[in-house]
Amino acid sequence: MTRERNLVTEYLARVEGEGAMEVRLRDGQVEDVKLRIYEPPRFFEAFLRGRRYTEVPDITARICGICPVAYQVSSCNAMEDAAGVAVTQPIADLRRILYCGEWVESHALHVFMLHAPDFLGYGSGFEMARDHRDLVESALRLKKAGNELMRVIGGREIHPINVRVGGFYRAPTRAELAPVVEQLKEAREFAREAVAWTASLPCPDFEEEFEFVALRHPEVYAIESGRLASSSGLDIGPAEYEEHFAEDHVPHSTALHSRLRSTGSAYLCGPLARYALNREKLSPLALEAADAAGLERVCRNPFRSIVVRAVEILYAIDEALRLLEGYEPFDPAAVEVPPRAATGSGWSEAPRGALWHRYRIEEDGTIAEAKIVPPTSQNQARIEQSMYGFVQGHADLPDDELHLRCEQAVRAYDPCISCATHFLKLEIDRG
Amino acid sequence: MRAKPSLAVWKFASCDGCQLSILDCEEELLPLAGEIDIAYFLEAGRAAVEREYDVSIVEGSVTTPHDAERIREIRARSRRLIAIGACATAGGIQALRNFADVDDFVSVVYASPQYISTLQESTPSSDHVLVDFELQGCPPNKHQVLEVINAFLNERRPAIGSHSVCVECKRRGNVCVMVAHGTPCLGPVTHAGCGALCPTYNRGCYGCFGPMEDPNADSLAAWMKTHGVEERDVVRMYRAFYANAEPFRSHAG
Repeated sequence: MTRERNLVTEYLARVEGEGAMEVRLRDGQVEDVKLRIYEPPRFFEAFLRGRRYTEVPDITARICGICPVAYQVSSCNAMEDAAGVAVTQPIADLRRILYCGEWVESHALHVFMLHAPDFLGYGSGFEMARDHRDLVESALRLKKAGNELMRVIGGREIHPINVRVGGFYRAPTRAELAPVVEQLKEAREFAREAVAWTASLPCPDFEEEFEFVALRHPEVYAIESGRLASSSGLDIGPAEYEEHFAEDHVPHSTALHSRLRSTGSAYLCGPLARYALNREKLSPLALEAADAAGLERVCRNPFRSIVVRAVEILYAIDEALRLLEGYEPFDPAAVEVPPRAATGSGWSEAPRGALWHRYRIEEDGTIAEAKIVPPTSQNQARIEQSMYGFVQGHADLPDDELHLRCEQAVRAYDPCISCATHFLKLEIDRG
Repeated sequence: MRAKPSLAVWKFASCDGCQLSILDCEEELLPLAGEIDIAYFLEAGRAAVEREYDVSIVEGSVTTPHDAERIREIRARSRRLIAIGACATAGGIQALRNFADVDDFVSVVYASPQYISTLQESTPSSDHVLVDFELQGCPPNKHQVLEVINAFLNERRPAIGSHSVCVECKRRGNVCVMVAHGTPCLGPVTHAGCGALCPTYNRGCYGCFGPMEDPNADSLAAWMKTHGVEERDVVRMYRAFYANAEPFRSHAG
């Protein structure tokens, strides 16, 4: 007799945005796994048409409240590419410091409030705080240090107002930055301990072969600039993106799935990819903490991504402090970026992975066309693929337990569904 | 001992930033969680309880038939309903569709438009249900979010001013960017709450807290035009994060 099991996780909790997951098993064999997204479409790429190019960083920030700086910086990179203008080193450095703040804030939220409760059997960070008050308080202080960096440089943590095409409206003074330097130094101590702590969490034994894709920079751990690299040797600039990556509308899928054109296969971007491709560019302190925690050179276990995020938090604090040490305010705070008829592409490493933008701009600076490919959209196909193997390996679990484990497995990838401008609604197949 | 009041946080079409502003109250978060029963907050936890709530906070705008139904269900289960942010109080940046044909928008972004279920307009909660309080801002000020939660849990009126950003600028002692530098600024018509952030960073206000109470949007638009701002740039300024809010809407083309 054929026995069919359908599991539907109606609302995925502790992911940013709203999504659900469907799993179909027949006679114990996985037939189908779907990550269903019902985040209503907001049509950014459509209403960006007709806007002035200088408005774009303020508008695209609103795609994601958790990683607005990623959208602002990728937009600015694309506009500056279109104009054929490069920003000065002090501007580039200040952008990187601001971006470090976002990595700390976003990763701290995911590691401690969204992901860690799964390892310890709590339903939320609030529940976890009842038994681990000191830990959660320290984690919130860590998150606050990242937020403070964004507040001082960007004006506020969510949708910063100080980022513009060409640089900033005003470079903060050393006096404004001094208190946040102290906060970051204190946070760095906790971040070191946090790497060891995340590595000590009981972690499911689950490894996957991934094609990793991330930005790479010759000197530093790539954040706000670089070329795009992959585990199989890709090395391209932002204008070449569409030659190498395709966004397909796959039958029975909720999303436009990104694939590598060369192999047709899904790939992974984000912390695991960055760490695998750029590990040697980490600061000595971050490397030492990773080694001491026993983090392998290439981590293929998505559940262990919590350790990689902790390493990246430590690195981002360390890097911000390094750059802040020699910081001097500069004026003018931006370079001129005059409009011209051109197409510009730009990207950066959002906390969840590479974020690519392309704009076609008319002579007077009006946006004629916009295209945005966020990391969660890129990872979608790979997450689903990974879930097949995961579900198969746990198919003997009772429904409620399998349910929870699947939810945890999806959360390990830190999907940000608000970001994913490309998700489609799915017609539910009830088998 | 009286039962802890229950709080629910609901998401509609949005960037999640408003919910994040609650999680960004780092110092106040755990004390707050101790005083109340956080009964539904998907971004923070998996406890999803179908029940009545003392206070519901809504983020995001209504853009789908399903969400138009859901906001009514939430209202029916909530003693008080508070809308926070530009999306829930005015339709948000995605309300730019209200000035276009949404089918055109769908075909720009999606290869298979037949899979997209969406309404022609992006609308605030108050277009669908009775809203007890609206807190403006994209994103709202997190201290004001706390004040509003605190006020409703203690059954008092929130202390949120309805004056313009200009007043905040004067309080900070900022030089007026419009008078001194000729920088176009929506400060005179924009609701306070941000602390006059943009002028403090040498830029004009771009109106992300929406219209203040009874703004004179006509006068400001005329002033900007006499100072060399092109008509279409005036339209762009009003047609942004609060494009759908009435006092800005009439200037948004």
